[in-house]
This record gives sequence, structure tokens and C-alpha cells, in this order.
Amino acid sequence: MRELIAFWCVRMAIVIIVAALGIIIWFLGKNGLSILSWEFLTEPPREGMTEGGIFPPLVGTLYLILGTIICALPLGVLAAIYLTEYTRQGKVIRVIRLGINNLAGVPSVVFGLFGLAFFVIYLGFGVSILSGSLTLTFMILPTIIRASEEALLAVPQTFREASLALGATRWQTIYKVVLPQAFPGILTGSILGIGRAAGETAPIIFTAATFYTPHLPRSIFDPVMALPFHLYVLATEGTHLEKTLPIQYGTAIVLLGLVLGINLAAIVWRARLRRKKRW
Amino acid sequence: MSARKYKERAIEGIFLSFALVSLVALFFIMLFLFQKGLPIFRVIGPLEFLFGKSWYPTYEPPEFGILPLIMGSLFITVGAILVAIPLGVTSAIYLAEIAHPWIREWVKPTIELLAGIPSVIYGFFGLIVLAPWIQDLFNLPTGLTALTASLLLGIMAAPTVISISEDALNSVPASYREASLALGATRWQTTIKVVLPAALSGISTACILGMARAIEETMAVLMVAGGATLIPTSFLQPVRPLTATIIAEMGEAIHGSPHFHALFAIGMVLFFITLGLNLLADFLTHRFKEAGSGTL
Repeated sequence: MRELIAFWCVRMAIVIIVAALGIIIWFLGKNGLSILSWEFLTEPPREGMTEGGIFPPLVGTLYLILGTIICALPLGVLAAIYLTEYTRQGKVIRVIRLGINNLAGVPSVVFGLFGLAFFVIYLGFGVSILSGSLTLTFMILPTIIRASEEALLAVPQTFREASLALGATRWQTIYKVVLPQAFPGILTGSILGIGRAAGETAPIIFTAATFYTPHLPRSIFDPVMALPFHLYVLATEGTHLEKTLPIQYGTAIVLLGLVLGINLAAIVWRARLRRKKRW
Repeated sequence: MSARKYKERAIEGIFLSFALVSLVALFFIMLFLFQKGLPIFRVIGPLEFLFGKSWYPTYEPPEFGILPLIMGSLFITVGAILVAIPLGVTSAIYLAEIAHPWIREWVKPTIELLAGIPSVIYGFFGLIVLAPWIQDLFNLPTGLTALTASLLLGIMAAPTVISISEDALNSVPASYREASLALGATRWQTTIKVVLPAALSGISTACILGMARAIEETMAVLMVAGGATLIPTSFLQPVRPLTATIIAEMGEAIHGSPHFHALFAIGMVLFFITLGLNLLADFLTHRFKEAGSGTL
């Protein structure tokens, strides 16, 4: 009997966690879905943000995601290849791993400060897509490295041995045997990191984001509007908090949909890969 | 043959240089935080900075004591942990020890999704739903309090606690459970008296990383914590944690002014707090691994 009560208490904890997710999505969906329309997604804000759509911040966020992918994916995959394929257990590896682990622990607002001091001020990139993407790159680099490492380690050792036994060099083995096998895994893991970059606000506030620009960015040195920053400003600093409420809901639901969509795609794809595994 | 060898060597070198990027990045982060943060100590001593009781950076003369901000972070983090650890560890026990495999298959991705929700969305939800609710419940002048931030952060930090605790529970060898069950213990007794102690250091790691997650959270606490820079005495007061201060004030701080440097110095403090927590977690994990293999 006591056992039964204990088990039910334990079940309650998981119910609370799952319910929290459900309530947040339900609440935003209930209030936000009705405002969604093609115009909302494709028109710029009007009348001091109280009307119109969210086209510029949506595009800005997509630019930032794209910039981050372009920088972070190659960096992360190449680093992971060194760590898994060339590892000779030793001091170098241990120090590198310590670096990666601690980079993963750096608070997002500190990344923002670093981006401001280094990319915006020191390198003179200004508040721009470039500065923002590079800042986000360093933030998600550890995630991409870990995901890639996991995917590379999942390729059976026998594949490598077979290739090396046929006279292929190490590089040929990596390039022609290991990478193609690991590629889908690398991608799904990395997408989860990208999803995080899409929703982050603190690192881009000082490095990329602007509350309002009349035109879309023309180069990577232009600042952009971004969905998370847009939502933050509308919800906290606007002069017409009540009037912009529908737009706040709309922005929130689009941002949530974007991030959850990215993550869900990665999770579903990963589950299918695991089921289909041929070795 | 030797040309081929050189080429291989060169390729390995290229990979090594990419692997070093994270390390270099970490070094640069420290370098630039120090470069912009240390000048504040020409204006105010380190001890006065850390333990000064008032933060009025825009007053004349300005005051740069960050104790109220540290206390704000501490209140919120303690509150968040009180939510996240019981909830997270019990959920992990459920997932690892009790749940049917098909439930696990559904709940784990759900938790991953929960971890993926942007913090500004949590902040928005807290602002619109949680804060008014807290305000009504306790009959307060404002719903933006340390308690509101703690509840929100507790839910946000729970996925971290769950996933690491669950890994720790799963790595307890099945033979431990079998031995306990064979001695006539029930499943609950086995879980509480055998599995949980065996996974204890892994679970402590989970709790420490959950704590780090709560301290470093920025947007959500900025939106719901209220922002008062007084030293808090109760959970029902508005507070302003370290992270929120940086975001809220950087826009108005003039580049190169003491205020600007003070905000970077707050970044340094945050950096070292989280670095310390991560190193502690790292240490615990390694000790755990050694103990595990040693006793088998």
C-alpha cells in the first residue's frame, strides 16, 4: 500500500513536468493562433508596432540561424573528427575536452558581453548579422561537437579497420567511410543546437539585434530585427503594452513554432535513424 | 610513401587546429571580460564591489556594490532548486526505474522539447500568466517577485536535472537491482535503498548543473523578477539578479564609463561562478566513474 502511494507520487512529478509544457503550448496557441495569417508573416510592423506583421524580425532570425549554421557546423564537425578519429589519449585531448565542457557552461549573457567586446568593438564589425552569428556560433559549438562526436563514435570500429586493411589512409577512411555513415547523425544532433541559437536573446541583444529598422538588412554588416528580441521589447518596454498584446502573442507563437519545429524535426528524424540502423 | 605520410600529418594538424578553437574561444572570452571588466577596480576596490550594499550606477556619485544583485541571484537560484531538484530527481526515478518503455519513448522527447523552449517565451508566459496569478494569490502590489522567477526557473532547470539524473540511474548495473530483489526487497525498497545511493554522485552532478542553469538564466528572470536593486528579505519581493542587470543596463551605459566596466565585471563574477560549478560537476562525475568501476 505504501509502495503504491510512493509510486503515484513519483508519477505526479512527471505529470507536472509534461503538463507544464502542455499548458505553455496550449496557452500560447489559444491566444496566438487566431492572429496568425499570411499578412502577419509577410508584412512589416506599422503604427509604432501596434499593427502590421513580423516580417523583418522573422527574416532577421532566419539570417542569424543561417549565419550560425555556416560557421558552427564545419567548425564543430572538424573538431569532433579530431577528437574521435585521431585521439591518442593524452594531455592535449584532456585539455581540449576541458575547454569544450567549460565553453558549454559559459552563461549566454557572458557570450553577449564577449561578442560586444570582441566582434562589435575590437574587430569593428559593429552591431551586425556577422557579430551576432559569430557570437551564437561559439555558444552552440560545444553542442555541435558533442553531437558530431556521438555520431562518429556510433560508426562501428570494424568499418574503419576494413578500410585501413584495404590500404586506405586514415584521411581516406574518414572522408569516404566514416563521414558518410555518421553524417545523418551529425546533422540531427546539430539541428538541436541550431534550435537553441534561434531562440536565444541575451547573446544577440548587444551584438546583432535592433528594435526597429525600416528596411531589411542589405549586408552581413547590417543590424537586424530578431523574433526573440522583438517579443522581449514588445512585452516589457513598449509604450502601448495593451495594444501590442495580440502581436506579442503572435510573435511568441511564431518563435515557439519555429524552435519547436526545428527540434521536433531533429527528434523525429533521429528516432527514425535509430530504428533503421543497418549495423 | 613519405609524401603520403606528410599529407596525412598535415591533415591531422588541420583537424587539431579546429579542435583547439573551443579552447581559444574560452581564452578569448576570459581575456575580453578582464580587459573590459578590470578597469572598474580603479574606481572601487574588489571587496567593496562584491560586498557593497547599494547598486546605484547612475547616481552622482555612482555606487557599484553588487551584493543586492548577488542576493537576488541567490534567492532565485535557491527557489528554483527547491522546485527543480525534487521534481527532476523523482521524474528521473520514474523514467529510469518505473516507466514502461513506451511511456519513456514518449516522455523523453517531450522533456527535450521543454528544454528547447526559448527563455524569452518562458519569460512572456511568466509575465502574462504566472505573475498576475502570484499577485492575486498573495495579494501583492506586484506579481513580479523572486518567487515568480523561482517557479519559472524551476520548470526551466528541471529538464537538465532529469536527463543527467536519469543517465546516472541507468548506469547503475542491473546486477545491483537483481541482488536486492533476490534478497526479497520490493521494487520501491530497491530503488530507494540500492539504486539511488549507487547513483548519488551522478545525481549530485545533475543538481549542480541544474543550479548553474538557474544562475545563468537571463531573459526569463529579467522579465519576471521585478528588477528592484534592494537586498531582498523575502521571496515575495522583486529582485534583480546579476544576469538581468547586465542586459537591462548595458543599453544605457556609455562605452568606457565606470558603469560599462562594472557590467563587464558582473560578467566576470558570473563567469567564475558557473566555471566553479562546472568544474565541481566534472570532478564529481569522474569520481563517480572511478568508484563505479572500482567496486565492480
